[in-house]
Amino acid sequence: MCSPNSDSGPLPLRDTVLTRPALPVFISGWGRTPRIHASGYDIESFEEILPLLKQETGDFIVHALGRSYGDSSLSRNVILTRRLNAILNFDPDTGIVICESGVSLFDLIDVFLPRGWFLSVTPGTKFITVGGAIAGDVHGKNHHKTGCFSTSVIRMDVLVPSGQIITCSSQTHRELFLATCGGMGLTGVILSAELQLQPVQSAFIDQEIIKCRNLWETIDTFHQYHLSTYSVAWIDCLSQGKDLGRSLLMVGEHAQSGRLRLPEIRRHSVPFDVPGICLNPYSVSLFNAIYYAKTRRQHISNTVSLNTFFYPLDAILQWNRIYGKNGFTQYQMVLPLESSHAGLKAILTRIARSGMGSFLAVLKLFGPTNENYLSFPLKGFTLALDFKMVSRLLPLLNELDRIVLDHDGRIYLSKDVRMKSETFQKSYPDLEKFREIRRHYGATTQFNSLQSRRLEI
Amino acid sequence: MQLLILGAGSDIGIAIAHQYAKAEGAHICLASRNLGLLKKKAMDIETRYQVKARAVEFDARDYAGHRFFYQSLDPKPDAVVFTAGYLGNHDLAQKDFGETRKIIETNFLGAVSILEIIAADFEAKGRGLIIGVSSVAGERGRQSNYLYGAAKSALTTFLSGLRNRLYPSHVRVMTVLPGFVRTRMTAGMNLPQLLMIEPEQVAEDVYRAYQTCKDIVYSGWFWRWIMRIIRNIPETVFKRMKL
Repeated sequence: MCSPNSDSGPLPLRDTVLTRPALPVFISGWGRTPRIHASGYDIESFEEILPLLKQETGDFIVHALGRSYGDSSLSRNVILTRRLNAILNFDPDTGIVICESGVSLFDLIDVFLPRGWFLSVTPGTKFITVGGAIAGDVHGKNHHKTGCFSTSVIRMDVLVPSGQIITCSSQTHRELFLATCGGMGLTGVILSAELQLQPVQSAFIDQEIIKCRNLWETIDTFHQYHLSTYSVAWIDCLSQGKDLGRSLLMVGEHAQSGRLRLPEIRRHSVPFDVPGICLNPYSVSLFNAIYYAKTRRQHISNTVSLNTFFYPLDAILQWNRIYGKNGFTQYQMVLPLESSHAGLKAILTRIARSGMGSFLAVLKLFGPTNENYLSFPLKGFTLALDFKMVSRLLPLLNELDRIVLDHDGRIYLSKDVRMKSETFQKSYPDLEKFREIRRHYGATTQFNSLQSRRLEI
Repeated sequence: MQLLILGAGSDIGIAIAHQYAKAEGAHICLASRNLGLLKKKAMDIETRYQVKARAVEFDARDYAGHRFFYQSLDPKPDAVVFTAGYLGNHDLAQKDFGETRKIIETNFLGAVSILEIIAADFEAKGRGLIIGVSSVAGERGRQSNYLYGAAKSALTTFLSGLRNRLYPSHVRVMTVLPGFVRTRMTAGMNLPQLLMIEPEQVAEDVYRAYQTCKDIVYSGWFWRWIMRIIRNIPETVFKRMKL
C-alpha cells in the first residue's frame, strides 16, 4: 500500500458503504467532441467504487478533469475522481510525495514549489490529475533527458476489477505497472501514487529562443541543443516552400536564483464559443506570420516564470472554446529518428497544402522509448497540431495516418479521437502484452472507454 | 488558531478548513460522522499546509453526547464552524415526519445543542469565534424546500441571538448565508448554473468577512440583492408564485 497507514490497512468507513446514486452527466474531452450523456459516480474513497465493480453494467472509465483531448475518458459509466484528491504524505528530505490520483498537478505545484520541489515531468497544462498523467504516461519538454511521467512514479495502488488493491512498481507486479502507465485507465482505477519530485532553486526558467528558418534548421538545432534540460519548438505549419517548417525553438534550464513563489497570474477566460468563421486559413496564417516575425533576433535569452514557460495556455481558461462549438482535435504523432526528416516534410507539406493548420503546432525531439506497453514516445520527432473539427478534416487525418504508418510512427492515444483500429494495432507492438494483462485482471469488460471500444484495445 | 469544523463531511466545511489552514496557519479539528474519510482529509490538510489536523467523531443529532464530545477535545478550539446540514427529500418530508425531523434536527437542533455548550465556554473565556453556516433558503419559505428553509431560518435567528448575547464577552458570531453551491448536497439537482458557486468561493467569502469583521455574509455576493428582492415581494403576490 502506498498510504502511510498501510499497516492498519485501508481506512474503514464507519457507515456502511454508501452506494451513491449515479448522476446524469454530460461530458466531453478537452476537444469538446464527442459530447455524451453518461452515468457519473462521484466517489471520494475507494470503498465507493467496490459496489460499482460488482454491477454487471461494465464499461467503466475514470473521468477526472476531462483534459485528455479525445474520447479516452468517456464511457457509459464514468467514475469521477476529482474528490479523490488527498495529498497523504510528503518527505521534505527526499521530495517523495504520496497522493491520491485525483490530485491535480496544479495542487502539487501550488503546495510544493514554495518548498523547493517541482514535478520531475510536466506536460503543457497543470489542470490534469496525477491519475491522468499516469494513465496517459504524459511527457514534457524534458522527455529527451528524463522520459515520461511514469519515471517519476515510484509505485502506485491500482484497484483491479476483482476489488483487490494492488501496489505495483517497476519491481513488484511489474506487468501491471507497465500496463497501467500509459494504459489509458483500462487496467483498473489508479487510486494513489508515490511520486518523486525534483528539487529546484527557483520558480523561474532561464530561456533561450532560437529562430529556425526551415525544417532542416529546426531539426539540426534540436540536435545541437540536446543537452538542454527542456526543449520544444513552435512551428508554423502553414508556411510552404523554402519556409516549410520554420520555427521558434525554445530551450530552458531551471534558474539558480529567484523566488520560489510564482508571480500572481491574471487568468482570462474565453466566455463563449467563438463563431467558426473567425478561425480560417487567412486569420491563422496571419497570426503565425506575426508570431514568427515578432521574434526579430536570431537568438533571445531571458528569464520567465514556470507558468510562462510550461503552461502558457493555462492563463486562458477554457481556451478550447476558440475552436467553436463543434470542437477540435489535436493530432499528435511521433516518427522514429531515421525517418523523421522525410516523414515530417511529407506531413507538413500535406498540411500546408490543405490550409487547415492551426496556431498551435509543436515539435519536439523525444528521448528513448520506455517499456510501458502503450506509452506513446519513441526516439525521434513528435509533432502536435490542433485542428478545428470540420467534415473535410477526417480524410486529411487519415492521409496523415498513412504517412505516419509508412514511416513507422504512431499516434498519441491521449489526443486521439478518430484513429482507425488498424492504424492503432499496427503501430503499438506491445498491444498483445497489454491485452494479456487486461484479461488477467478481468478488465476487458469492466473497464472500457469509447476509445478502447473504437480501437479494439 | 485552533479551528473546529462541526460537520466536516460537508464540502463547505472542508473548504473552510483549507482556507483557514492556508491563509491563517490554523490548526484544524475535523468533526463528523464518517471518521475514516475525515482521517484522510486531515492528513491532506497537514501535508498541504504544514499545520496540525485531526479527525474526531461527531454526530449533530447525538445531543446527549455533545457535552462529552466537547469536554474530550484537547486542545479546545478558539474558533468553531458549524456546517452540518441535511437537505433531505422535501417531497418525502411532507408526508413522512421522520424525514422532516431529521432535517430540523440536523440543521437546527444539533447546532443549538453543541453551540450552546461551546458558547458557554467561549463566554467564560471572554474570547472566541463562532461561524454558523445557514442558508438563503431560510430567508423566506418557498414551497419547494420550506422544511429545510424553516430549519435554516431558525438557525439564522439562533445565531443572531447568540451574537447579541456574546457581544459583551468579545465572542464573535458570524452567520453565513450561501446560495446555490456546487456540492454533494446539490449534485444532480436542476439549478441555474449561472448562480452556482464552488465551495472554495464560499470559504473565501467567509474568510474575507472574518477579516473585515462582518456579522452576516452572503455567498456569492449577489444573493444579498436577490434575497432583498425576494423578501420584499408582498405575501399576497408571493403565495401565488411557483418558487
